[in-house]
Amino acid sequence: MGKHVLLVEDETNIIEAIQFLLSREGWQVDTHSDGATAVEKVRNMRPDLVVLDYMLPGKNGIDILTELRADPDFERLPVLMLTARGQSRDRDLAERAGVSRFMTKPFSNTEVVTAVRDLVQLAQ
Amino acid sequence: MISVNQLVAVSLVYVAFLFAIAFFAERASARGRSGWLRSPLVYTLSLSIYCTAWTFYGAVGYAARSGMEFVTIYLGPSLVMIGWWWVLRKLVRIGRAQRATSVADLISARYGKSNLLAIVVTLMAVVGVTPYIALQLQSVTLSVSIFSNPTDADVLSQSTATFWVACGLAIFTVLFGTRNLNANERHDGVVIAIAVEAVVKLIALLAVGIFVVWGIAGGIGPMLDRIDSSPIGEWSMDRSRWVALTALSAAAFLALPRMFQVMVVENEDERHLQIASWAFPLYLMLMSLFVVPIAVVGLDILPAGSNPDLFVLTVPLAEGRGGLATLSFLGGFSSATSMVIVATLALSTMVSNHIVMPIWLSTQAEGAQVSGDVRNVVILARRASILLIIFFGYLYYRLSGGGAALAAIGLISFVGVAQFLPAMLGGIFWRGATRWGALAGLVVGFTVWVFCSLLPSFGPDAVLSAAVFDHGIAGLGWLRPQALFGVEGIDPTVHAIVWSITLNMVAFLGVSLVTFPQPLERLQGAQFVNVFDHSTQARGWDAAPATSEDLMVMAQRILGPADALALFRAEAERQGVTGHLPEPTQGFLQALERELAGSVGSATAHAMISQLVGGASVSVEDLMAVADESAQILEYSNRLEAKSAELSRTARQLREANEKLTALSVQKDAFLGQISHELRTPMTSIRSFSEILRDTDELEQSEKTKYASIIHGETIRLTRLLDDLLDLSVLENGQVSLNLDTGNLNDVIGQAVLSAGGDRSTRLSVRHENAELDHPLTTDLDRLRQVFINLITNAQKYCDAPQPELHIDAMDGGDGLRVVFHDNGTPIPAESRSLIFEKFSRINDKDGSGAGLGLAICREIMARLGGDITHEPRSDGNAFIVHLPVRAAMAAQ
Repeated sequence: MGKHVLLVEDETNIIEAIQFLLSREGWQVDTHSDGATAVEKVRNMRPDLVVLDYMLPGKNGIDILTELRADPDFERLPVLMLTARGQSRDRDLAERAGVSRFMTKPFSNTEVVTAVRDLVQLAQ
Repeated sequence: MISVNQLVAVSLVYVAFLFAIAFFAERASARGRSGWLRSPLVYTLSLSIYCTAWTFYGAVGYAARSGMEFVTIYLGPSLVMIGWWWVLRKLVRIGRAQRATSVADLISARYGKSNLLAIVVTLMAVVGVTPYIALQLQSVTLSVSIFSNPTDADVLSQSTATFWVACGLAIFTVLFGTRNLNANERHDGVVIAIAVEAVVKLIALLAVGIFVVWGIAGGIGPMLDRIDSSPIGEWSMDRSRWVALTALSAAAFLALPRMFQVMVVENEDERHLQIASWAFPLYLMLMSLFVVPIAVVGLDILPAGSNPDLFVLTVPLAEGRGGLATLSFLGGFSSATSMVIVATLALSTMVSNHIVMPIWLSTQAEGAQVSGDVRNVVILARRASILLIIFFGYLYYRLSGGGAALAAIGLISFVGVAQFLPAMLGGIFWRGATRWGALAGLVVGFTVWVFCSLLPSFGPDAVLSAAVFDHGIAGLGWLRPQALFGVEGIDPTVHAIVWSITLNMVAFLGVSLVTFPQPLERLQGAQFVNVFDHSTQARGWDAAPATSEDLMVMAQRILGPADALALFRAEAERQGVTGHLPEPTQGFLQALERELAGSVGSATAHAMISQLVGGASVSVEDLMAVADESAQILEYSNRLEAKSAELSRTARQLREANEKLTALSVQKDAFLGQISHELRTPMTSIRSFSEILRDTDELEQSEKTKYASIIHGETIRLTRLLDDLLDLSVLENGQVSLNLDTGNLNDVIGQAVLSAGGDRSTRLSVRHENAELDHPLTTDLDRLRQVFINLITNAQKYCDAPQPELHIDAMDGGDGLRVVFHDNGTPIPAESRSLIFEKFSRINDKDGSGAGLGLAICREIMARLGGDITHEPRSDGNAFIVHLPVRAAMAAQ
């Protein structure tokens, strides 16, 4: 049974790549590229997992994650965060906000696919 | 008949008895069990040294001579005691607060610790009291002579007797008064002894009185009849004498050195005054109760010409009551000895403290001032002073011939010491009083007294010649001792009182008004006049809880609540009263004072503690030390303030530098984050798609092409980014070298339009206005073209109008050239305008192809070329304006 994944990312090329990789695994992938409305999107869509970029227009990934974790419905929602900033401070911030997995760009495709698989299985 | 020898024996036994009492009292006091020694009763009885032999013997004589007038001598002190709340309480409070040891000490303290005043007062006191001491000698001599065989009583033997009496009194006083030296000048033994003597003289006089009324007259009724029929019963009252004498005795009561000694110096508790205020007038009333009956009966039954001053002795003797006469003698003896002891004690304190010790100290090298040395010297000085004062008394007795009536001598003395009163009362009620005023008053009053009262008392031709009496000094009629300024016909005593006191006061007030007090005087004046404002004597040690609370409040204010609480808690624990305030024990007070001294200085701490504990008020030394400390603290705090201003300036600079650094660091972080993001994003796509191409076999050809072109596009983006970064870095570091060339501005614009427009895919139509105009300039033409290309490509990318247009117009702006790039896109929002020239600021970047470095590079280039680039929002779009000097390179160099 295909899992529902929401990809929040603003770089078209990266959206294309991740969408390709996850669809191939049999998951249904929806994309959203605006930070400001991302939380609302999650609430409406109720995905099984969110792949969240750190730097987004409108609202950054940390704030989105914090807001999600404050909602009891999304306390345990698996969130994989991706960042291109590559500073260790960002990892700390993300972990404090309650990230499930944190990955620095550029990533290897296998890594991303494995991480998403693990997170979904863990959540079941 | 009792012989003189028996009398001497009785006296010696009595003296031994007094010694024993004094001895035991001092021993009890040394053991700290002095409660009963200092009871209100003992205090009241000790005040009875006011009643000397003059009162004991002389009152009867006074009554026999002048009728009821003797009452004035009792009336004055009674009024003072009854009105104690007004003057006496203040005097006692001040005396205790200032630790005054004598009248001289008090007056000198009030007027700025003036040594000169102390010496003057001391000398005046010695001279003024000397007749009084002579009076006691005379009374004892007279009383002894009554018992001696009248046949061998001649003048010579009387003088000899007086000499021995003087010696006896001197030894008595030396042994009593200087047995030990007490810092507070208190003499428990002496006080208890004079209290006993007070009882003895009261009982003696009452016994004689009762004997006279019931034993001789036969009851109260017959006694009253006798009084009515005697001349004493006629109430002929000389009003001026009554008023003057009452006032005089009141003044003397306050100003007599011996009264000051018992009333103030020996006072243990101010509340004793309250009881004495009614008990002492009662004592005086009892003392005066039988004066008139004894006088009346004496005049009746004794042969005419008998000395009425001795009726108290001669009446019982005439009735054959030897035992009663002996008791009466002991009463008179008690009166005389107690007065002499206390008076000489008080005077010797003055003489040794204000005359002998200052002289001795000034002759000593500093090293000799060891405490033991000083002690011995003080005792020696006291003893010498006592002997000297009694010797003066004896001398006066010899000079005056022993002839004058007791009461007259007593009055002379009274007028003398009354001269202290203006300076004393003025000092405690009037802050304007000055030391020169006090000195002037004292000297004038004293001089008038000597001339009008003391010298005439020796009789005509003894010191003053009869001519002076009759015609004044040097024949000046207005300088007659008993008719000063030609005022004649007044009673000599009233004359002396009125003139001396009046002139004294006039001099005191007048000079005080025209002189200015010194700072110390001012301070002391305030202390004296406002003594009730700042000394809390009424609350003693027994008010411990309140005191502890006050101490706590003060400690909190100075040490801070936490420290104060810790200190008090620790002490409470030590005392075993955890949870309560500790008792203000001596040890704790000292500890607290040390603690406070650390914060406010020792003098202030001491002053504060003593003020709260209430034992002593703040002394002048304390206040001066406080002032010194305050000055030091003030100076210190000024320096601190300067230092703190400097520190806060430095701190502000540091803070600013730190803020700048933090801002820089934040900028750097942001920059690195941005660079990382800009580099990693294309790399992510490249890596991901290359992995897809490598690992996926079943890809369509179209997919392969698409992914490959994404990789290609991203590498180009990366390259461009790196170029821009390098370019910017070079420009920002100022390491750029300009290739100066001369050209036409419109040609450069045309080339830029061509370069940018090479990509035909853009819909932007570029209009180059006034392209034909010639604007020659010298600059780095390549760099300038780079700026123009950047502006045109930005318009291509971001102009969102349906028909995007860009108008480029170059013109001569007067101070240089001006090129306007005006597009018709949505104006950049106000909040973003300040950011557009910053690095990585991509306003409205839809496809994300730019790194946001273009305008930053343009700004850097224009700065190098000596011009600038600005943005102006227009109603229909955006305008970027490039300014540049005609000879741009020159400006840049």
